[in-house]
Amino acid sequence: MSSQSVRRIFLLACAFAAAAACGAAQAVEWNLQPAASPMAAEIHALHEYVMILVVVIFVGVFGFMFYSCYAHRKSKGHPAAQFHENTTVEIIWTVIPAIILVIFAWPVTKAVIAQKDTSAPELTIKATGIQWKWDYEYLKGEGEGIHLVSTLATPRDQIEGREAKGEHYLLEVDNDLVVPIGKKVRILTTAADVVHAWWVPALGLKQDAIPGFIRDTWFKATKVGTYRGQCAELCGKEHGFMPIVVKVVSQEDYSQWVGERKKALLAAADDPNKTWTLPDLVARGEKVYAANCVACHQANGKGTPPAFPPLDGSKVATGPKAGHMDIVLNGKPNTAMQSFKQLSDTEIAAVITYERNSWGNKAGEVQPAEVKARRK
Amino acid sequence: MSSVPHAHDHDHAHGHDHGHDHGHHGGYGGIMRWITTTNHKDIGTLYLWFSFIMFMTGGVMAMVIRAELFSPGLQIVDPDFFNQMTTMHGLIMVFGAIMPAFVGFANWQIPMMIGAPDMAFARLNNWSFWLLPFAASLLMLSFFVPGGAPGVGWTMYAPLTVQMGMGMDLTIFAVHLLGMSSILGSINIITTILNLRAPGMTLMRMPLFVWTWLITAYLLVAAMPVLAGAVTMTLTDRHFGTTFFNAAGGGDPVLYQHIFWFFGHPEVYIIALPAFGVISQVIPAFSRKPLFGYASMVYATSAIAIISFIVWAHHMYTVGMPVTGQLFFMYATMIIAVPTGVKVFNWVATMWKGSLSFETPMLFALGFLFLFTLGGFTGLVLSLVPVDIQLQDTYYVVAHFHYVMVAGALFSAFAGVYFWLPKWTGRMYDETLGKIHFWLTLIFFNMIFFVQHFLGLAGMPRRIPDYPLMFETWNKISSIGAFGFGLSQLLLLYVVLKCIRSGEPAPQKPWEGADSLEWTHLPTPVPYHTFETPPVLK
Repeated sequence: MSSQSVRRIFLLACAFAAAAACGAAQAVEWNLQPAASPMAAEIHALHEYVMILVVVIFVGVFGFMFYSCYAHRKSKGHPAAQFHENTTVEIIWTVIPAIILVIFAWPVTKAVIAQKDTSAPELTIKATGIQWKWDYEYLKGEGEGIHLVSTLATPRDQIEGREAKGEHYLLEVDNDLVVPIGKKVRILTTAADVVHAWWVPALGLKQDAIPGFIRDTWFKATKVGTYRGQCAELCGKEHGFMPIVVKVVSQEDYSQWVGERKKALLAAADDPNKTWTLPDLVARGEKVYAANCVACHQANGKGTPPAFPPLDGSKVATGPKAGHMDIVLNGKPNTAMQSFKQLSDTEIAAVITYERNSWGNKAGEVQPAEVKARRK
Repeated sequence: MSSVPHAHDHDHAHGHDHGHDHGHHGGYGGIMRWITTTNHKDIGTLYLWFSFIMFMTGGVMAMVIRAELFSPGLQIVDPDFFNQMTTMHGLIMVFGAIMPAFVGFANWQIPMMIGAPDMAFARLNNWSFWLLPFAASLLMLSFFVPGGAPGVGWTMYAPLTVQMGMGMDLTIFAVHLLGMSSILGSINIITTILNLRAPGMTLMRMPLFVWTWLITAYLLVAAMPVLAGAVTMTLTDRHFGTTFFNAAGGGDPVLYQHIFWFFGHPEVYIIALPAFGVISQVIPAFSRKPLFGYASMVYATSAIAIISFIVWAHHMYTVGMPVTGQLFFMYATMIIAVPTGVKVFNWVATMWKGSLSFETPMLFALGFLFLFTLGGFTGLVLSLVPVDIQLQDTYYVVAHFHYVMVAGALFSAFAGVYFWLPKWTGRMYDETLGKIHFWLTLIFFNMIFFVQHFLGLAGMPRRIPDYPLMFETWNKISSIGAFGFGLSQLLLLYVVLKCIRSGEPAPQKPWEGADSLEWTHLPTPVPYHTFETPPVLK
């Protein structure tokens, strides 16, 4: 092939790349998300400084290289010099980068120290990563005692392409984490099963959630709005489907939300001693199943064996009630089946009844009182 | 890369001259020659072909990943299989493709470059190689057991590993075998370099490729047992009731990460240093000028190797270390930029006022220099704790390490293949096709990975099978680039086969500026046995 045809292929490839760039549909994002906290703004600034530094050095060094490629070519008849040492130059290009780095380390060090300072929070929330949802407990400050479980709200139909994808596809949850603006919020992270990571880009924080340990981080939101992030540590099959949504509201709205939430919690608390009819339990259980079980065991109860066994016709779901309750309450060690004891007695009774009376199963009902008695 | 036909020619031509009564191929022909060979050139060839097969296998997995990520939503694979793909792509590329490729170069080149007849432990050398196909088979077998291959990422973080099926155990045993192979190979390389140099070949006269491998081999001996320990602890946590990484029994999941990265960071340099070595041979040859700052290159390489053992936790800024820990690892990481910078400056200074020509090896070397430095700079960005906390586990990191691993190690391996192919096969490759291979690889590489920086900045986590709509554009470009990149590598296969079959005969020294022993003292193609009596060096 001639060098002309090489050039033609090169041009074609460029045109192809440009066409691909123009043809894609969505608006493109080039940079960090707009900052909604002082720490995120600080990260923006540091990133910009380091990029300027890097680009200047890069252009400088490769300016030399490309000039050399242009001017010192054999095809232009440039003779090869034979020098191969210069101690002065070597010392200069060792010492100067070292000095630049030391100067640069100073502002970064200040940011690191600020980032780690979780003292004197006005609100403390514990975020527990569970395969594959986030469990939030408001531990201290206004709203103490509120408990939310935050699960992906994007329907399976959108994910599997049977329905048009919504605006916040994969970044929407059933229960947002609501926090007040301008307050120092400390987030404690931990996990129930494997390592997860709690990450909200616009707030400038990311903290791994480690099973058996508590870690912490903090933020102070400066703008009202909804900020969306995702789990950032590979945590198994549904790792891509456990978003984090933080809704920052004004102080008044926050107080109002806390009040409503507390009232709703009281009203929603089911009486565990009530006796339910089978159809009511199944109807309630179907909702609980959709929120907690469907990702692994699937809507048709067939699971995705062998990691996630089927419930349809399974020994547990058609055998003795006690065994079924135990596995839902306590989970099964060394498998993805975790404990669901955070659900209420009524919810557990309902979901067990649903599992025992759906698909091909017909194994009778479980009442909330039985679950209550079975809890250890 | 195969020297089969020419080696046979040589048998007939020179067999009697040397007066050997044994066969040059150990008395076996056909497949048994390769299974029983103790010849460093044969074993180098085996390593390189093995590496290429693994490169293609891992590449197919990358294509599956990029196909799924072409559009938002789940189209082609389910999330479980997607995780298996990312895991196996990583393990196969690191342990199956890149590392064996450079061991292949070491086998071929080190004895020739230092004037030795062969590697020090010839039979051990055979075993080091033949462990690899078994390790690779175990890895691939994991796809066919219940539960499939592990979907835990190549880093195999606990305690997710405890949830996996028996594919995880097969992977652990594969890692054991790979580690064993690396350690045995390294012992061989160290012994060869320290004991079998020709008289007059002092350490400070060795080609830089040999130096980088000497240092790399020490890194391997130090780091691989640590990985073996980490995966063995995972194995006993899975099956024998230990709780190294389980808080309920007094263990700590983060301990795994510390142990893994204590191996994992030196591993980065295990891959990068031999690449530096190849580049340090290629750039002077095509600049027709000696390497600038040879001694400082040796010191910089050693400094990088030593510092690489004290920076591991920069992979773990988000686990929640104490502030002093974060600062220590940040400063140590920033310091690595200094010796790395020295190397880049030296390479540019080598070119300065040279007499440059741009054959394919030089093009790949320049591509390496430009893009590896870019990857080094994003490494500097990531070394800063606050910025890293934003970018950790995003596509920015994916882009960064592919700039270092692909544009760094792989480009350098390509440079090495084109550089030494004439010496190995006795024939020239097709220069035009080589250049096309370079330009396609360069363009598609940047198409895949440059845009991933933007994805990471905008907040796309890595290792997800599906993504929010705002990431669609860059993902499409990246996927198109990936398919182009994958297809372009078939051209390399074609160029190599064409070279072996029908290339023009190569002169003893096809590259004007090349000056190490294999060019100056050995005919082309190199005989099956070389330097049976040590060369005389001035």
